[in-house]
Amino acid sequence: MNEKNAASKWGELIHTDGVSGKLYNDPDIYQEELKKIWYTTWVYVGHESEVPNKNDFIMKSIGPEPVIMTRDRSGEINLLLNRCSHRGNQVCVKNKGNTKSFTCPYHSWTFATDGRLMGQAFPDGFKNADKTKLGLGRVTRVASYGGFVFGSFAETGPTLEEHLGGAKETIDRLLANSPSGEIEITAGYLQHRVAANWKLMVENETDGYHPGFVHASVFQAMDSRINELYGDKSTSLSRDYGNGHTEIDLRPEFRKRDEELSWFNTNASRLPDYVKQMQEKYGVEKAREIMIDGTPHVMIFPNLFIAEIQIFVIQPISESESIQHVTAIQFKGSPDINRRLRQQTMGSVGPAGFLLADDSEMYERNQLGLQAQQPAFTYNGRGDHRERLDDDGFLVGDSTDDLPSRGIWKHYKKMMEAQ
Amino acid sequence: MMLSSKVDYDLLREVEQFLYREARLADDRQYNDWESLWTDDGIYWVPANGADIDPETEMSIIYDNRSRIALRVRQFYTGKRFIVEPPSNLRRLVSNIELLESEGEEIKVASNVIIFDSATRGDSVWACSNLHTLRRVEGELKMAFKKVVLVNNDKALNTISFLI
Repeated sequence: MNEKNAASKWGELIHTDGVSGKLYNDPDIYQEELKKIWYTTWVYVGHESEVPNKNDFIMKSIGPEPVIMTRDRSGEINLLLNRCSHRGNQVCVKNKGNTKSFTCPYHSWTFATDGRLMGQAFPDGFKNADKTKLGLGRVTRVASYGGFVFGSFAETGPTLEEHLGGAKETIDRLLANSPSGEIEITAGYLQHRVAANWKLMVENETDGYHPGFVHASVFQAMDSRINELYGDKSTSLSRDYGNGHTEIDLRPEFRKRDEELSWFNTNASRLPDYVKQMQEKYGVEKAREIMIDGTPHVMIFPNLFIAEIQIFVIQPISESESIQHVTAIQFKGSPDINRRLRQQTMGSVGPAGFLLADDSEMYERNQLGLQAQQPAFTYNGRGDHRERLDDDGFLVGDSTDDLPSRGIWKHYKKMMEAQ
Repeated sequence: MMLSSKVDYDLLREVEQFLYREARLADDRQYNDWESLWTDDGIYWVPANGADIDPETEMSIIYDNRSRIALRVRQFYTGKRFIVEPPSNLRRLVSNIELLESEGEEIKVASNVIIFDSATRGDSVWACSNLHTLRRVEGELKMAFKKVVLVNNDKALNTISFLI
């Protein structure tokens, strides 16, 4: 298909105020997404703290494809493919651990944690084989920002920092809330399967229109102030950073409240050790500002959602199935807040979570609804009359607007039109 | 006292009846009655990624103290807990009931449970081994601790839209 035809095909499926339902349930489109998005752009894989020691490994994924994240003998992080270069057997069947090498059980080829082929059984038979070319397959480019490790199968293209663009600052904002300046991912993941297309999750993460309705049961059953952040009187903003990255910026509401740690639904007297650490690091005034603003609510396209206190990693399995991998963010060296971060995360997410179970119910009903032929298009034009630029030149709207969804689809269209 | 050689059949029958009642209340979504089975210091635990993780440092599917159990039940009654609108149809079998330990007022009980769950997304079977600590409060058995180990808790799970 030439460029003009591709442009017109995607132009027909993606309008400025809605998209074709086919984009959520057509298996051919899903296969094309794997090629043009998941195996091209920078995809979040794992956090450096998940492989803290030399020769640590952990199983991760890029799209449906498994990836072994390792820290090799020299301390570098590698993203390796789980496929022996001989006849394709899996070299790793454990979820995580520490090993000097991966040995294929089929014919005993052995690979180092950097993917190099170290040894072959009965080596006399390999007179014509170039060992240097028979290492494990690898994700072409690996880069990290703030400890978050991303991989890209594209040999060329934007750097990770270029890809993150304005969203880079949201990661800085997260790290600023940790007194050590570092976060850790050490609490293990919940894996929540949903019968829905991955893009329903990407759109929902920064959809500020739904919380008052989908999570009404939580607001009714407990004393929570989350609801007021997403009402139509809220001063919170939705923001499009470009490259598919979107945010709900809750800081205007938190600044109005002017209370430290209200973003975490608590207060300074409940976390004295943490508050002291923050004051020691930043001084009282700056610490106060950071603790009022809190952590970000940002969806980094296509699969990393930083949701204030937890991260979600979205993994597509097919056009109609996805897994949400969820865990609590931990601030390195701050045990008192970490316990609360875990407790709140466990309460809200995962298959039985107070919040996420209902979101997931919505994704699944969307998936069923989108099988209906009419209307052919969704509508995401809410707030398109009040889009405006912020001081940094990013498009912003009210927190309940569909602006993030429009930003996601704009970037999606660009990626899918590329040859 | 370990109950290894000689079984206290009267106690076993009483415990069985308790577990069957708990199962029926959960299947029939009689949430308040189910909640009334708990002691004031109850802990409800559904670990992830194995049976032996430390819930104080690692993520669990459910790790509720007594007030969170109450919140869970209250949420079901709001009419806006969409995972139960409409509710899936459930029926569970409780089996392999074994008295592990009976010391003073506390009784530790192991059991296996198979749950058939007929939901919009499709029919599924859940299987778990359970561990209860029951305590006699004013003559009645109550749950002080319930641990549910799903046999597939190391894999991606669908939404658990019921009391497990």
